[in-house]
Amino acid sequence: MSSPVARKRRVDPGLLLLAAILLALPLILPNRFYYDLSVKLMINAIVCIGLNLLIGYAGQISLGHAAFFALGGYASALLAERLGFPSLLALVCSAALVGLLAYLVARPILRLKGNYLAMATLGFGIIVSILVNQELWLSGGPDGKPVQAFSLFSFSISKVEHWYFIVALALLAAVWLALNLINSAFGRALRALHSSETAAAAMAIDIAATKARVFVVSAIFAAVAGSLFAYAERFITPGEAGFIRSIELVTMVVLGGMASIYGAVVGAGVLTLLGQALANFSEYKHVILGAILVTVMVFMPLGLVPTLRHMFKGAVAK
Amino acid sequence: MDDFLQYLFSGLTRGAVFAIVGVGFAMIYNASKVINFAQGEFVMIGGMSVVFLTAQLGLPLLAAIPCAIVATAAVGCLLQRLAIDRVRNASPVTLIIITIGISILLRGLAEIAMGKRDYALPPFSGESQMTVFGASINPQSLWVIASLLLLMLFLKLFFDKTKYGKAMRATAQNPMAAQIVGINTRFILLLSFGLSAALGAMAGILTAPITLTRYDIGVMLGLKGFCAAILGGLGNPLGAVSGGVLLGVLEALASGYLSSAYQDAVAFVIILIVLSVRPEGLFTAQGAERV
Repeated sequence: MSSPVARKRRVDPGLLLLAAILLALPLILPNRFYYDLSVKLMINAIVCIGLNLLIGYAGQISLGHAAFFALGGYASALLAERLGFPSLLALVCSAALVGLLAYLVARPILRLKGNYLAMATLGFGIIVSILVNQELWLSGGPDGKPVQAFSLFSFSISKVEHWYFIVALALLAAVWLALNLINSAFGRALRALHSSETAAAAMAIDIAATKARVFVVSAIFAAVAGSLFAYAERFITPGEAGFIRSIELVTMVVLGGMASIYGAVVGAGVLTLLGQALANFSEYKHVILGAILVTVMVFMPLGLVPTLRHMFKGAVAK
Repeated sequence: MDDFLQYLFSGLTRGAVFAIVGVGFAMIYNASKVINFAQGEFVMIGGMSVVFLTAQLGLPLLAAIPCAIVATAAVGCLLQRLAIDRVRNASPVTLIIITIGISILLRGLAEIAMGKRDYALPPFSGESQMTVFGASINPQSLWVIASLLLLMLFLKLFFDKTKYGKAMRATAQNPMAAQIVGINTRFILLLSFGLSAALGAMAGILTAPITLTRYDIGVMLGLKGFCAAILGGLGNPLGAVSGGVLLGVLEALASGYLSSAYQDAVAFVIILIVLSVRPEGLFTAQGAERV
């Protein structure tokens, strides 16, 4: 075992592998369609990394995270369009606004546990989804909203190939940030909270503040991903805020593996690709999504990445 | 005043449906501490099975209804045996995700079998509206409200007088102690899922002539039934009835006087307020450990 200090300095090998994959991928992507699919996949991965901090590490559930994703996207689009904010500033401000909203929501509802927290986050998500659908003057309603092109220093970025690299960088940053967070005092507090709130409180961990903080962090991950999505697609619809979308995000986290950063990336990847593969059989999409969710939770409750890791370790030990 | 009565009747009808779904939630929660997110799908399966049996197989309505209720109860039992029973001692998060998965699966199956269109059932006793104090009432509404009253009577007798009802209450209070006195708690779990599915089916069949039915009707009904159960204090069937009726009436009044666009939001706004202020529910004694 290396000492903790030495480990802190070393770059995580998984991060290097992910960077290599993301760098090599464009060599085999045949056309713009696959670039776009990769962009969507990576954006889902960013949301799931944040959501996994909440679900996998802290053991709290959110059935309304799509709301933060959509609000991030809409806020960015509106700040740029109505108030003339530069794109990057709009992205940062929308993330801050969503973070603030998440904080306001978190304080009363994170006192709740399990089933009650599920209900509260679900209710929040549905209210946001209804608002986005109904407030036509602000959101454009059910038809969706066109988004201005992202511009940086008077360069307008609209090519999907360019977005691929921007989102890839954002994904690497998200993984790096999450890994650092997990290995910090905050990350240890999260895991302590997950195993026993009473014991964690006895170790002088401020339960309420820690929960609120991880909720806000995961909401900001979702908001930034939502902004990137809105800018990359140049369009956003209320469907992004829907209950089903929230469930899809939870499914990605669960499938990839609770409490595994790379699991979140793998889960987002598998489900995004599966959704695309099933696009022509859209009526079977829900059956398959549901079946995966149930089967994984019943037979592989740890999820893909942790289960494979255990199997691999077992094989090496033999 | 006429408007008010009209909204009140419409609210009572909706509320009765939320109440029946809410009782189903409470029953399963009591026996197993599981929040069954597939509860709304039982509502859908009930309504859709009657549509299937009458339209496709040509069964008369009176024969199709019991068949549909039994079929839905069977789905509930299967769900318990194939999924919930295999993950005893799992965390609430795991159980929530499993039941959500089942609800998506059932909805998907209904979508494949019946498509995405709306289906109507004929009202049980004619189409003619009745007028009471200037408000017109759909006779089907009376069926819904009467069924809720009968159901409450049945539940009261079932929990107080019958062996299985008492065994269910004992299991809810303390599963270990219930086993020690010889109650087959595994069977009680199965029974609670079956009964609760049958209740959901009933709600779906009663309401199909008013609201039509389609493959995804269970999503909102299930969630609002869940709101009703939490309002009443989770695990309190009669509380869930009060919660459901209250929710239905408030929703109808809000959509009548404020904005019909936001009627679906009413239940969730109420539930967020209640959860922040009084998470143990409105109709329970304070101090019970609920959070």
